Formats: sequence, structure tokens, C-alpha cells
Amino acid sequence: MIAPLPLDFANGTQPSLAGALGVGIAFGWCLERAGLGNAPKLMGQFTLRDMTVLKVMFSAIVTAMLGLFWLSWLGVIDLSRVAVPPTFIGPQIAGGVVFGAGMALAGLCPGTSCVAAATGRLDGLTVAAGFFVGVLGAGLVVPTVAHFYESGSRGALALPAALGVAQGTVTFAVVAGALAAFALAGRIERAMATRAGRVQP
Amino acid sequence: MSAREEVQIPRLAALARDDSRATALARDDSRVAALARDGERVSPYADPYLAGVALGLVLLASFVIAGRGLGASGAFATAAATTVQRVAPDVASRNEFLATHLDAGGLLRDWLVVEILGVVIGGWCSAALAGRLAVRVERGARTTVTPRLWAAGAGGAIMGAGAVLARGCTSGQALTGGALLSVGAWLFIAAAFGAAYVVAFVTRGSWT
Repeated sequence: MIAPLPLDFANGTQPSLAGALGVGIAFGWCLERAGLGNAPKLMGQFTLRDMTVLKVMFSAIVTAMLGLFWLSWLGVIDLSRVAVPPTFIGPQIAGGVVFGAGMALAGLCPGTSCVAAATGRLDGLTVAAGFFVGVLGAGLVVPTVAHFYESGSRGALALPAALGVAQGTVTFAVVAGALAAFALAGRIERAMATRAGRVQP
Repeated sequence: MSAREEVQIPRLAALARDDSRATALARDDSRVAALARDGERVSPYADPYLAGVALGLVLLASFVIAGRGLGASGAFATAAATTVQRVAPDVASRNEFLATHLDAGGLLRDWLVVEILGVVIGGWCSAALAGRLAVRVERGARTTVTPRLWAAGAGGAIMGAGAVLARGCTSGQALTGGALLSVGAWLFIAAAFGAAYVVAFVTRGSWT
């Protein structure tokens, strides 16, 4: 058997939608367990008090990346059939800046706002409603900014191809970078806790 | 969080402030929640590395069974496109962004919409079992409800514009594209984290 399984998700078939529901339930469970449905906890990442976001995100990225790498090496999964989000250089940098600024105001990202709303947090419900309005509004003006929206298109471009190095090298570099980030995150948390201990009345 | 626990946390935090070694402990809400449990069902949050590895395995499972990763903004885009289609079908079909989010032919036939319904169910179940369901507005200690909700709505709308431009959010770009080593995803991660640190520094008084 070669994964991905032949679930034709584009046509909204019953097995693929059952898979979507199962994946979603597990996704929501993980976000809630990590505490990421809680805006002040999530914002601790950006006020340097609680590095949970970095720890969760990078351990998830590393886990899935290594899993794909080994499953592909073992011939279990055909990576050419996995949908890679296409790269649009300028729009993704600009979109990232706008997104990050909005996230720091909102205190939650779109996925975690759904978890927050589901657990009764009215701020999460408001973020989700605002996000819907933002997507709707921005979606309506895409035709008028089509020139920039379509600029910098590179298709499904992966780091190994872009940098001209082997996939194993990039994979190793991401793991090393994540481990360094985890060590740094621990130091920052301890330093901020010590500082808070001195500043507090 | 239950009402009883909410009363207990400030008292615990005040007690902990007397002891500088315990101050760090008081700031960690999950550990305070564990201390405040006292016969209640409120559990502390999971270890972030354990939760992260579990999330990575969910993402990997999604790649294996469906050939695609996780997402959130795509579900909102499909909902927005479906709304426009109901009101003004011509506008939706002529709009390159909205038209691509109508491919599934129905809201409940869209993979990401069903996945997000799952996120709501999964998040609710997890919080219910941990005793963390509560109708409340999460905010910084010095922020009142009204400004918090305005920031939430405005921040959400700004994120929406960013997600349209970037073609994804923290789920579809950062997590999924990051694991697939997509160049655009890593640019998005760097830009979003950079901007979030700048805005969080400017508005730090509202969260601390």
C-alpha cells in the first residue's frame, strides 16, 4: 500500500470527509490540551513569558517532517502526491506581516480561535467572527489587487530545491534549529520568571 | 475554568508573591490550576513538547490518509465564498479567490470545513474532560472586557486579510507548509512571528 490513501478529497466523498472529521477532532484536542485555546497563554510567546507556542509548533513541524522523510524513504508514502502549499514570495511575506500583526491584537490564530470559541471563550468567538469578515472583505478585493496577489509565483517550491542542497541536509538543519530554539526558549522563560520575581511587589 | 477556581487563583498568586521563589510558579497558570484543583476536576495543560509531538503525528496522519495537511483559514474562505455565492453568484464566480473555494460544491462537502467542525468538537471534548469549559472573556489582568473584544474582532479581521494574501494561516501555511519545507511557508513563519513580536511589544500593557 502506498500512501496517501486514494481518498478523493476534492470530490467530498464520504470516506475523505470522515477522515477530515477525525483529523479535525484530533487537531482540536491537541490545541486545547496544549493550552492554545487560551489567548493570554498564547500571547505569552510574544511577551516572552510562556514559550508554549514555539515548543508546540516546532515539535509538531519536526515530528511531521521526520515522519514524512522516513515514510518516504521506506516507500510507504509517495511525496509527489502530497499537496504542497504553493509559494508566492511577496504576497506571503506581506501576508505574514499583516497576519502576525492581527494575531498579536487578537491573541489567537484562526485555528485556536475555533478551539477558544468551542470551550466558551467569547474572545475566541469574536476573533473567529472578525476573521470571517476579514477573509470575506479581502477576498472581495482580490481582483483589484490581482497583480500583487499573483506576483512572485514559484509553484510548489521546497527549501532543498531552492537552496540547491539535499533534503536530508535541510531536514537535519531544521531539527538542529528547533533544538537550539527549545534551549533558548527555556533560558528566556527562566530569565523572565527571575525578573518578574524581582519586579513584583 | 470554574467560578470557584477563578476566585482561588488570585488568592494563590497573592500568597505566592510573598515568596519570590514561588512567584514564577504563580505566573504559570497551568500549575496554579493544578494547585487550585483541590477536589475539582480542573487539570493542568499538557506538556508542550508532548502536545507538539501529538500534533505532529496528527499532521502526519493527515498527509498519509488524505495527501494534505491541516488548515483553518481555508474553511473560513469556503464559508465566505459560499455566502457571497448565495447573495451575488456572479461576483463569486468572477472572483479568482472566491471561485477556487467553491470547488467542493457545498459547505459540508468541503474537506477543511468538515475538519474545522472536528476541531470544534475535539476542542470541546478535551476541555470538557479537563474541566476547562467556561463562558468567559480571556484577557490580560489590566484589560477590561470591551477593549478586549474590540481588539479580538479587529485583530481577527486583520488576520483575515493576511491569510487571504498569504494563502493560509498558522495551520495551512506554518504547520503544514513548514513540515513540507515549503519556501513560502517559512517566509510566512518569519514574517508573522516578526510582526507579532513588534505589535505585542507595542501593546504589551494589555497582556501582562
